[in-house]
Amino acid sequence: MPTVSVKRDLLFQALGRTYTDEEFDELCFEFGLELDEITSEKEIISKEQGSVKAAGASDVVLYKIDVPANRYDLLCLEGLVRGLQVFKERIKPPAYKRVMPDGKIQKLIITEETAKIRPFAAAAVLRNIKFTKDRYDSFIELQEKLHQNICRKRALVAIGTHDLDTLSGPFTYTAKRPSDIKFKPLNKTKEYTACELMNIYKTDNHLKQYLHIIENKPLYPVICDSNGVVLSMPPIINGDHSRITVNTRNVFIECTGTDFTKAKIVLDIIVTMFSEYCEKQFTVEAAEVVFPNGKSYTFPELAYRKEIVRADLINKKVGIRETPENLAKLLTRMYLKSEVIGDGNQIEIEIPPTRADIMHACDIVEDAAIAYGYNNIQMTLPKTYTIANQFPLNKLTELLRHDMAAAGFTEVLTFALCSQEDIADKLGVDISATKAVHISNPKTAEFQVARTTLLPGLLKTIAANRKMPLPLKLFEISDIVIKDSNTDVGAKNYRHLCAVYYNKNPGFEIIHGLLDRIMQLLDVPPGEDKEGYVIRASEGPAFFPGRCAEIFARGQSIGKLGVLHPDVITKFELTMPCSSLEINIEPFL
Amino acid sequence: MADGPVAELLLRRLEASDGGLDSAELATELGVEHQAVVGAVKSLQALGEVIEAELRSTKRWELTSEGEEIAREGSHEARVFRSIPPEGLAQSELMRLPSGKVGFSKAMSNKWIRVDKSMADGPRVFRVVDSMEDEVQRRLQMVQRGQAEKLGEKERSELRKRKLLAEVTLKTYWVSKGSAFSTSISKQETELSPEMISSGSWQDRPFKPYNFLAQGVLPDSGHLHPLLKVRSQFRQIFLEMGFTEMPTDNFIESSFWNFDALFQPQQHPARDQHDTFFIRDPAEALQLPMDYVQRVKRTHSQGGYGSQGYKYNWKLDEARKNLLRTHTTSASARALYRLAQKKPFTPAKYFSIDRVFRNETLDATHLAEFHQIEGVVADHGLTLGHLMGVLREFFTKLGITQLRFKPAYNPYTEPSMEVFSYHPGLKKWVEVGNSGVFRPEMLLPMGLPENVSVIAWGLSLERPTMIKYGINNIRELVGHKVNLQMVYDSPLCRLDAKPKPPPTQEAA
Repeated sequence: MPTVSVKRDLLFQALGRTYTDEEFDELCFEFGLELDEITSEKEIISKEQGSVKAAGASDVVLYKIDVPANRYDLLCLEGLVRGLQVFKERIKPPAYKRVMPDGKIQKLIITEETAKIRPFAAAAVLRNIKFTKDRYDSFIELQEKLHQNICRKRALVAIGTHDLDTLSGPFTYTAKRPSDIKFKPLNKTKEYTACELMNIYKTDNHLKQYLHIIENKPLYPVICDSNGVVLSMPPIINGDHSRITVNTRNVFIECTGTDFTKAKIVLDIIVTMFSEYCEKQFTVEAAEVVFPNGKSYTFPELAYRKEIVRADLINKKVGIRETPENLAKLLTRMYLKSEVIGDGNQIEIEIPPTRADIMHACDIVEDAAIAYGYNNIQMTLPKTYTIANQFPLNKLTELLRHDMAAAGFTEVLTFALCSQEDIADKLGVDISATKAVHISNPKTAEFQVARTTLLPGLLKTIAANRKMPLPLKLFEISDIVIKDSNTDVGAKNYRHLCAVYYNKNPGFEIIHGLLDRIMQLLDVPPGEDKEGYVIRASEGPAFFPGRCAEIFARGQSIGKLGVLHPDVITKFELTMPCSSLEINIEPFL
Repeated sequence: MADGPVAELLLRRLEASDGGLDSAELATELGVEHQAVVGAVKSLQALGEVIEAELRSTKRWELTSEGEEIAREGSHEARVFRSIPPEGLAQSELMRLPSGKVGFSKAMSNKWIRVDKSMADGPRVFRVVDSMEDEVQRRLQMVQRGQAEKLGEKERSELRKRKLLAEVTLKTYWVSKGSAFSTSISKQETELSPEMISSGSWQDRPFKPYNFLAQGVLPDSGHLHPLLKVRSQFRQIFLEMGFTEMPTDNFIESSFWNFDALFQPQQHPARDQHDTFFIRDPAEALQLPMDYVQRVKRTHSQGGYGSQGYKYNWKLDEARKNLLRTHTTSASARALYRLAQKKPFTPAKYFSIDRVFRNETLDATHLAEFHQIEGVVADHGLTLGHLMGVLREFFTKLGITQLRFKPAYNPYTEPSMEVFSYHPGLKKWVEVGNSGVFRPEMLLPMGLPENVSVIAWGLSLERPTMIKYGINNIRELVGHKVNLQMVYDSPLCRLDAKPKPPPTQEAA
């Protein structure tokens, strides 16, 4: 969930009133936001770097507000204020308008070289804008928030904003060999080639995270003006030449990316949020983008969409009984201008360009419910009549674990993920023989594979509890995972029961007795016949030679029991003899 | 008869004494170990008011074994001095004497002897004085005679430093007659025996009282794991509410069922390597229900079922990627898909509690695997009010009655609501679960009828368990680093029982 940080006093000034922290928290809760933290720059720095560094930092109160991940229109002060003011019916949602320029329209021409790397672009102009320090900071911060969220860390979309008065169109969006790109980037004093820049930014804490997007491509994307001045090398950095400042009056915005839909949404969000400060409020000057196939588009789209939803549908989905007029009013408070039309039961809803999150009628239903107030909805119980059933495997597991505890064994709960070493090397088995499922991106060795046996987890539990009085009698009934090409995903869980006895003597007879007890519980008699169970001398690398037996029940092998090999005991950092039992319980379903 | 010969003697002496007796003195008089007298005192004390005993501790100086040797044979330096004949002794020879090393340096510093290094056959030691006083021996003998008090503090501490003298604390009892004093006390029986029952002798015997303040002996027993005890209770609650358990025994899942089927777009951050464990082997799901996959693809890339869709290039390869399921909602999706194939539609209530996996940064409350609890109701015409009603009943069974609902965003539910409950201990509203109505873009491609709504909610199993059992670090609860003592000691899980009042906070 993105967090937006706004100056409290600025926020209250824009809202036209002040709130206590509790009142504002309440307002946020109602609207689906969360007042996450009340802090200041000074507090943040002193928390992260110590109070010495924080000396002199601003102690202006900041509100950190958690915003739902799909509400890009609330990612800056301007949007938050507009959303809350409309919600509280203090203002009407503004109408955003695209206007054609008096003179020539700004053009961005895409060449075909971009096709393989970053084929889409959209652009627009904010004309005669008036920044202040706070507005400017918010403008930069919004781009950062968009980059981190909808733009997927600039992989899908990257934003460039430029002082139009320093440039001369038409602009070209192309892709060149890195060695052929040379310009002075933002915040640097001289020109570098793209190759040099990629090297420099490897140590740049902010920019290094974006390098991978283009790093290994033969061509890098670049936008130039008609004089060859570089505006930006998306998605990495803008040129210094066209940098915007507090005094910039005309802003050229380009959004390039691999996802055309998202590039258009991002452009719409930026221009709707900041056209508030243009001389002609909420108007945006159009720009034209020409694609390699010759097709030309005018941006920003600022499309208003109309949806018609029946009032009774909203009432039915939420569980309320409001008149269509009231529902329209509720929706209008959520920034969705609505009116009752047709037979008086239909509501026509206008979805503004800021609400790309409204994809379906269900999104409209939710907004009506929010405006109505979730906590005002009458709670009722559904009349759904059903007979409950347990999942048979879990039912058997529940019964067995109680009787395992009654037999004097203590239940443990170990991880399903572990290292290759745990299930292979430490048990004297080669990893290729385990049929284990391997994880491709583990952050540490603890998450290399899914376990193929419960035994390592139990032995590790003993190792972590060596101070406990002996004997230790532990068990676990849980799933292991084995590759299996007969299932749709190629792997299958098996429900295993594993028990260990750890003491100064191996206690094979105790583990053997436990097996006899389990079989008694499962109503399996001892004996060679096909309904019975029997153990036969066997061997296994994890067991002491001559102290291992295979367990057969109802005609199939279900596991092994025995005294663990001293090598296994040592590798799990244990010192005492130990006997163990592990069986698959699924044949007893 | 009294409890052993010493006790008997003690009582006799006590009867004859006026006032009382000192246990140490009695031991000397009786010629027995002090410990034996102490034992007698304790056993008499256990009988009630027969005697009174007051513990006294006295400090005494005692010679160490080396000190006793010196009191007997003289200090090392004196022994060295005496062993030197008038013609002197080779230093090497002197050093071989038992007291040689220690005695030599002390005798030198006392200026009793000297070394002549000019001799042809090596250094030789001569007496300097004709006679000397062995002060060390004299002082130790004084201590032996019980006159340690006559020595100065400094002298005593010097002897102590040489490990010749030690201060011992002696605990003795001052024994006096108790209110029920008697010399003829009969031994009390400790336990009832089969013989006493058959002979009836129990009627004539006094029995030693039990100490009811002592702890009993815990039975040898096995124990269930606290988290799984809580899991059992949650299963019970769902079953009481008529919910059927879904199969969840598939940790490995395809991206399709984990994400795509839930209308979670392929660029969603949850599908990042940073958040999800992907599988290297088997890397891809072998089979997917292709008809359904086509409908999902269309809904994502073009929209449909009344939706705008996400309008992006949906890729089958991405959907085939195997992973460790990140939520049990993948199992719910499979269950709902199976339900959709049954015609005509029958309403259903489902639940599951099982492991899920996240490739997250680990801390005191986050592990790479945890348990998720999920409840689902599918029926015609379900409302948000129904969802809230079911949640109220569910949480009431957990002992949580004060609920509040906050609008939220989940990719696959709309409307969505986070569930908050008032925590009286923390004095604030805390999030206890997440819920919503599954999106039509998820349900309709499965083939569920259009007027069927599916409401669902979820929460983690670990969080309520940690609160219930007062555990702050999740590693102490889940995994091999668990503290078995905690498992042994954990009480029953009674979720609806009133929680213990929080300990009063001390003023900071």
